[in-house]
Amino acid sequence: MLDVRDLHVRIAARHGIVRAVDGVSLQVASGEALGLVGESGSGKSMTLRAILGVLPHEAKVTAGQIVLDGVDLVPLSNSDLNRIRGPKMSMIFQEPMSALNPVMRVGNQIAEGPIVHLGYNRARAAERALELMRRVGIPDPEQRFRAFPHEFSGGMRQRVMIAIALSCDPEIILCDEPTTALDVTIQDQILRLLARLCAESGVSLIFVTHDLPVVAQICQRVAVMYGGQLVETGQVRDVLLDPRHPYTLGLVRSAPDVEYVRHSLVPIPGSPPSLVTPPSGCRFHPRCKFAEEDCRVQPTPLRELPGGRATACLHYERCEEAVAADRIGP
Amino acid sequence: MGRMTFVARRLVMLVPVAIGVTIVVFFLIHLIPGDPARTILGVHATPQRIALLHKQWGLNRPLVSQYWLFMDRLAHGNLGQSLFYGTPARPLILGRLPPTLWLIVYAAVLAIAISVPLATIAATRKDAVRDHLVRVVPLLGLGMPPFWVGILLIDALAIHVRAFPVSGYGNGFFGHLHAMFLPALTVAIALAPVVIRALRASMLNVLGAEYITTARSKGVPARRLFLRHVLRNAVIPAVTVLGINIGFLIGGTVIIENIFAVPGIGQLMINSIFRRDFPVVQGVTLVFGVLVVLVNLLADLSYAALDPRVRFDR
Amino acid sequence: MSAISFPEPAVAVEVSEHAQPRPRRWYRQPSLASGAILLAIIVFAAVAAPLLTPYNPIKQNLSGNASLLGPSAHHLLGTDQLGRDTFTRLLYGLRMDLRIAFIAVLAPFCIGVVLGSIAGYFGGWVDSVLMRLVDIVVAFPFYVLIIALVFVLGPGQRSIYIAITLVGWVSYARIIRGEVLVAKRQEYVLAARSAGLSAVRIMARHLLPNVITQAIIYAMSDIVQDILAIVALGYFGLGVQPPTADLGSMINDGQNFLTTHWQLTTFPGLAVVVVGLSLSLIGDGLADLIRPGQS
Repeated sequence: MLDVRDLHVRIAARHGIVRAVDGVSLQVASGEALGLVGESGSGKSMTLRAILGVLPHEAKVTAGQIVLDGVDLVPLSNSDLNRIRGPKMSMIFQEPMSALNPVMRVGNQIAEGPIVHLGYNRARAAERALELMRRVGIPDPEQRFRAFPHEFSGGMRQRVMIAIALSCDPEIILCDEPTTALDVTIQDQILRLLARLCAESGVSLIFVTHDLPVVAQICQRVAVMYGGQLVETGQVRDVLLDPRHPYTLGLVRSAPDVEYVRHSLVPIPGSPPSLVTPPSGCRFHPRCKFAEEDCRVQPTPLRELPGGRATACLHYERCEEAVAADRIGP
Repeated sequence: MGRMTFVARRLVMLVPVAIGVTIVVFFLIHLIPGDPARTILGVHATPQRIALLHKQWGLNRPLVSQYWLFMDRLAHGNLGQSLFYGTPARPLILGRLPPTLWLIVYAAVLAIAISVPLATIAATRKDAVRDHLVRVVPLLGLGMPPFWVGILLIDALAIHVRAFPVSGYGNGFFGHLHAMFLPALTVAIALAPVVIRALRASMLNVLGAEYITTARSKGVPARRLFLRHVLRNAVIPAVTVLGINIGFLIGGTVIIENIFAVPGIGQLMINSIFRRDFPVVQGVTLVFGVLVVLVNLLADLSYAALDPRVRFDR
Repeated sequence: MSAISFPEPAVAVEVSEHAQPRPRRWYRQPSLASGAILLAIIVFAAVAAPLLTPYNPIKQNLSGNASLLGPSAHHLLGTDQLGRDTFTRLLYGLRMDLRIAFIAVLAPFCIGVVLGSIAGYFGGWVDSVLMRLVDIVVAFPFYVLIIALVFVLGPGQRSIYIAITLVGWVSYARIIRGEVLVAKRQEYVLAARSAGLSAVRIMARHLLPNVITQAIIYAMSDIVQDILAIVALGYFGLGVQPPTADLGSMINDGQNFLTTHWQLTTFPGLAVVVVGLSLSLIGDGLADLIRPGQS
C-alpha cells in the first residue's frame, strides 16, 4: 500500500549539506505495523516527515519515490498533498503539548479534519469529534470538548493527537515517537490503545522510536536505521531475538527490557556519525567490533536474506555467532 | 479568579497611579514660570486687576490648599475652570476628545493594516530577499521624526496631489475618515516599525512550532492554516507590544495634532501650556494619563482573551 | 515616537551535527558591522564639520543673491532663506543634536540601571514602590512630559538634559529589574551570597556585568528616541535655540519653502533617519551577537 523507494532527503545547514536520509526503501502493507528504529539523528523522523511531506523548510527530498496506493507523492504540490493528509495519511507527534494549537479548543482541533476534508458542517464534525474522543478513551468528552490543550495531562493530550489522526479514517498513521515523552505506565496505555485501534480498523502504522521494547509490543515488522540508511529489516521477533547486523546487536544488548538472553547491558561505544561527511563504506564501521577492511571501502546496500529479512552487513554471520555465544554463555 | 475580578482589580490599581499623576501634574504646572493673569490681561494688566484674578482663581492660596481644592473638585467630576476661556474645563476637554480618539484608533488600524502583510511576507520566507527588504523598514522607520513625515505627507498628498485636506477634522463619519487619513497615517508610520518587528518575530516562532506541523499534517489548507493557526497565535505577543507603544503614542499625538491642526486634546494641551491655563493643562494631563492606563488595560485584556493559557490570578 | 525596540528572534536550525560552528566575531555580524561603520562615518562627519566645509553655519548673508540658492558646486545643498549654506548647517546641526543625544542618554542609563538593580535584587516593598513610581511616570505621555518640562525649565540644552533624565530612566529600570529578577536565582549569585559578599558587591560585580547587555542594546534605540525628541523640540522652538544650527529648527525653517526648495526640510530629516538606521543596526547586531541564532 505504501511503497517508499530509494528516498533521499538532504538538509541545507550552515556547515554543509546533511544527508539525513540516504537511500531508504520501505514497504508497508495494509493493516500492518512497521517499526522504524534508530538513535537520534539516524534519519527516522525525517523519513516519516518526508512521507507526509511536512519536512522543515531547509530539508528537501532530492531523490526517490513515495508511492501511496499507486500514486507517487514526491512531485505533488502542497495543495494536492493537503488532500491526502488526513483522509489517507496522518501523523502523531512526540511532544503533545507543543504539537497541539494552544489557543484552539481541543474539540475543534479534532473536528477540523472532517470539516476540511469530509465536508462536514460544524455540528456533524463536533459529533464525530465526540465519538472519536470516546474511542480513544477520553473521559467526559462533552465537557472536555471545549477545553484547551494545557488543561490536559500528557497522556490525555496524546489521546487527543490520536483522535485527530483518526478523524478522517486514514489508511496509514505515521507515529513519531509518540510515547517517548510519557511516563512508563501511560506509555503502556497509549500503546495498547494504538494496537487496539489498529486491529479494529485495519489502519497501518509506521512507528518510529529508539525504544526497542515498544517496537516489540506493537509492531509486526521492523526496520533499523543508522546514519541515514537502513541496516536491517525483518519480522520483529527475528530481528530482535536474532539480529543480523552489528548495530542491531548493539541496540539489543544495550536495551534493558528486550527478552533476549539474560545479558549484561553493553552500550555501543563511540558516537553517531556525521551526516555531512559520513564514514566511507559501511557507516557503522568505526564503531563495529567485527569491522574488516572491506567494510571501510565497499558500499553496503540492504541485501535480502531468507525468511523475509534483509541486512546491510557484509559479515552478518559474525552476528549469528555472537548471538549463539550469548545463548551459551553464563 | 474570573475576568470581572481581574478587570476590577486592575481598575482599582489605577487609583494610586492616578493620584500620583495628579500630584505630579499639579505641582509641575505650578512651576511654570509666568503668571496666567498677566498673560491673559495682556496690555490691560494692572496690579489690582491681577490681584483680583488671583483671588478669583484661588491662586493666592498656598499650593497645598489649592491641591486639596483641585482634588475635591475632581472627586465631584469638576475639572475646574479654564483660565483662558472662562468656561468649565471638563466640557472643554471632553469636547476636544473625539478627534484625538479618532486619531489613535485610526492610527492603530492603519498600523495593523501595514504591519500584518509586511510581517507575513517577511516571516514566510525568512532570510530571503523579501525578508531583508521588510526588515529594512523598521530600521528606517524608527529613525523618522513623525512631524517630518507629517510635513512630507502633507506636501505630497495634500498639496501636490490634493487627495486629502491639509488639516482639520472634517464633518461626519466619512469626512473624518478622509480628513484624518494623513495624520493617522503619520502616526501609523511611527507605530508600524515596532509592530512589524514584533509580529515578524512571533510569526517566526509560531511557524517553527510543532503544532503548525500537526496542522499541516492534517492537511489544513494554506489559508486556513495561516489565519486560524499561524496568525491567531502570532498576534498574541504583538498585541502587548502594540498596546505599550500606543501608550507612548498617545503623547506623540500632541505633535501630530499640531502639524495637522486637528482640534483634539493634544492641541488644547500645547496651547494651554503656552497660555499658562493651569486647570486645563491639569485636566488634559489627567485625561492623557487615564487614556494610557486604559489602553494598557485593554491590551492586557486582549492578551488574556486571546491566550487561554493566561490565568487571572496574578 | 515609539520606544520599544523588539529584539530579533532566535530561530535555530535543528541539525544534530558535529561540525564546529564558526566563532562569533563581532565584525562578522553584518548588521553590527555595517551599523558601526555607518555610525563612524556620521560621527566623523559631525566632529570634523569645520574641516569639511568652509562656511560658517550661523553667519547670515542677506545680500539679495545669496539666499535660497539651489544646489551647486559652491553650495552642495544650496542655501537657506538667510543665505546660510545648508550643508554646513546640516553638519553642525548633526553635531549638536548627536552630542546632546549621546550625553542625554547617560544619566537615565545610570539612574535606571541602579534603581532597577535595587528593585530587582531586594524585591519586596522597595520593588513595589519603585514600580508604582514607574507606572506614574509611564502614565504621562512621553512627549507631553518633555514639552511641559522644557517649557517649565525654559528652552535650551540644559532643560533637555533634565527632561530626558527625569523621564528616560524608567525603561532602563524596568529592563534591568526584569533581568535581575531572573539572574538573582542563578547559581553564581547563590555562590556569592554564601561566600558572604555584601549586596552591593554582588550587584555591582557579579550581577551587573551579566545583565547590562540588555540595557546597552536598549540604549541604542533610546538614543534614537532622544534624537527624535531633541529634533521635535527644535522644531517647536523649545530646544536648541537659534541661531545655533539644529536639525529640528532647520525642518521648521524649510517648511515654508517646501514646494520650491524641498531640500531644506528633507535633508535634515534624512540625516536623522540615517543616524537612526546606524544605531538600530548596531542595536540589532548586538542583540544577535549575545543570543545564539541567525542574524
